[in-house]
Amino acid sequence: MLEIAVKGSKKYWIWLGLLLAVMGAGFIVYIDQFLNGLMITGMSRDVSWGFYIANFTYLVGVAAGGVMVVIPYYLHNYEKFHRITILGEFLAVAALIMCLMFIVADLGQPIRMLNVLLYPTPHSMLFWDMCVLNGYLFLNIVIGWKVLEAERNQIKPPAWTTPLIYLSIPFAIGIHTVTAYLYCGLPGRGFWLTAILAPRFLASAFAAGPAVLILLSFIIKKVTKFDPGWEAMQTLSKIVCYALIANVFFFACEIFVTYYSNIPGHKTHIDYLFFGLHGHNALVPWMWTSITLMLTGIVLLVIPALRSNRTLLPFTCIMIVIGTWIDKSLGMISGGFVPSPLHHVTEYAPTGKEVIISLAVFATGFLILTILFKLASKVKEEVRG
Amino acid sequence: MKKSRRSFLKAAGVSAVAIGAAPAIKAIASDPHGASHVVKKARKEALTAKRWGMVIDTNKLTEEIADKIVEACHKAHNVPDFNYEPDEEKYPDTRAVNHNQEVKWIWEEHFEHAFPGKEDEFLADKFKHLPFLVTCNHCKNAPCVQACPTQATFQREDGIVLMDFHRCIGCRFCMAACPFGSRSFNFRDPRPFVKETNPDFPTRTRGVVEKCNLCAERLAKGEQPYCVEVSEGAITVGDLEDPNSKVRELLSENYTIRRKQELGTEPSVYYIM
Repeated sequence: MLEIAVKGSKKYWIWLGLLLAVMGAGFIVYIDQFLNGLMITGMSRDVSWGFYIANFTYLVGVAAGGVMVVIPYYLHNYEKFHRITILGEFLAVAALIMCLMFIVADLGQPIRMLNVLLYPTPHSMLFWDMCVLNGYLFLNIVIGWKVLEAERNQIKPPAWTTPLIYLSIPFAIGIHTVTAYLYCGLPGRGFWLTAILAPRFLASAFAAGPAVLILLSFIIKKVTKFDPGWEAMQTLSKIVCYALIANVFFFACEIFVTYYSNIPGHKTHIDYLFFGLHGHNALVPWMWTSITLMLTGIVLLVIPALRSNRTLLPFTCIMIVIGTWIDKSLGMISGGFVPSPLHHVTEYAPTGKEVIISLAVFATGFLILTILFKLASKVKEEVRG
Repeated sequence: MKKSRRSFLKAAGVSAVAIGAAPAIKAIASDPHGASHVVKKARKEALTAKRWGMVIDTNKLTEEIADKIVEACHKAHNVPDFNYEPDEEKYPDTRAVNHNQEVKWIWEEHFEHAFPGKEDEFLADKFKHLPFLVTCNHCKNAPCVQACPTQATFQREDGIVLMDFHRCIGCRFCMAACPFGSRSFNFRDPRPFVKETNPDFPTRTRGVVEKCNLCAERLAKGEQPYCVEVSEGAITVGDLEDPNSKVRELLSENYTIRRKQELGTEPSVYYIM
């Protein structure tokens, strides 16, 4: 099937060239980081994780969000998702590869990363995260490829893919649950130390993942002859709506518990994010933007006339993607580390170099996504032919 | 061969316990790590404990002594000082320093930072200006050991939490896990900022985490940790499990507190108030 990827229009090649240019720029900056260490980032002794881990967390959500098309289609035989399911699986593949790249970019000694396999450590959540992330990646590659190949040959997918598809559902839940466990099991970090963290991560993932998928469907419809289907996108937008409401509700629960109990160890972090602490307030405008975007997103999706407006829907989805990104990346990481365990306030902002490396990771993800989506749309065009 | 360094560190602790508690031969027979070949290397004069602990007497600790302790520890362990101007000839084009990326093993804090959660607007003035030395607590239930995905951070049988700088992948999960901010990451090569390198202790490379090791290398030689040595009696290190030890004597005679005791990590560093 890969031969499809090497045939394309001029626009296709310009797009790939652009992505490769960003990847190249990021690679050059990464060489600097590789040789000189993470000093080139804005991270510090107090805020020891930053932009890389923030984006990693968000993208785990996007990958897990793919399950929102897999469950209706494979468990409930929801036929309208027939054409969009493969896109959800391939989106998960691209998102997971970005996740793994962000982890590697964050390591101080990347050449030693295989130590995680050499000395497997079940009491470390990072070990389990590695297992589920790679497992889910493997499942999605195999399932996506085999199902698409079968469709191209107009035969049924091999029977052994069915158990793998069912297995991919708990794995999707698993990747984001374990990613939340990285944070919420740490005794000294009040902001993360909450049982609602994993449910909240899942809720935000089931909003963000399908929102990204709707946006990608719009793009696919525009640049290829393949139409993922308006009805499928409408169902997806309902899923986004309810997941987003759940996310905001879980956050409200967090706010109630924190402020009604009035326990300082939990309160200071949310104070810092939304009101600033001791004059440090870099994230305050971001957090309120996030809340505003998510609440507006809910309104625009709850009202049927607005949800089914074809011009408005992509903008609603962009708002939701940005809103949940601030909520789960920027706020989640900085909120956990500020103030520090000794109640010092060291603020964090990524450096230009950090941003360029991150953009290069995104460019790699988009490159993979472009190629996979091109395969999928071409095969679907051929079959419908 | 690749495991020799690590098993040596482990064995040093195991054998230290063995020599102190029971005839060495018996211990070797029951040693689950099968490290008998390195037991030979353990010194007879090594200081041993079932569980090491530290008591800091805040009454005896002045600003001056605290400064001396920090300096002695950092100097002996090749901890970089980012205020130091690197040698231009040896390290040309050293980039500007970000002081938020500093490395420290033991340092001074005010009461409200050493004991957040115990801050009190009516706290006696004398406590507000006292220097409190903070360092790794060598917790009995260490969250950093639990978090480390490669066991580069590990706990010896005598309670000391150690780091294998050669195994650490620099993921910094341990830094997120530590409730005491006791860990530092080498965001850059620390060597240009080590004024005089102590050849008896390894320097670190960029990209690994480090922290206080309770001077495990000195205990093995029968010497007291550097901080104890220069503390003029303000810091005592000894066996928490031994009812006749000096630390237990101090604990039974004085009112002591530990940092963030409520988290259940069981810090092994006590402060006499």
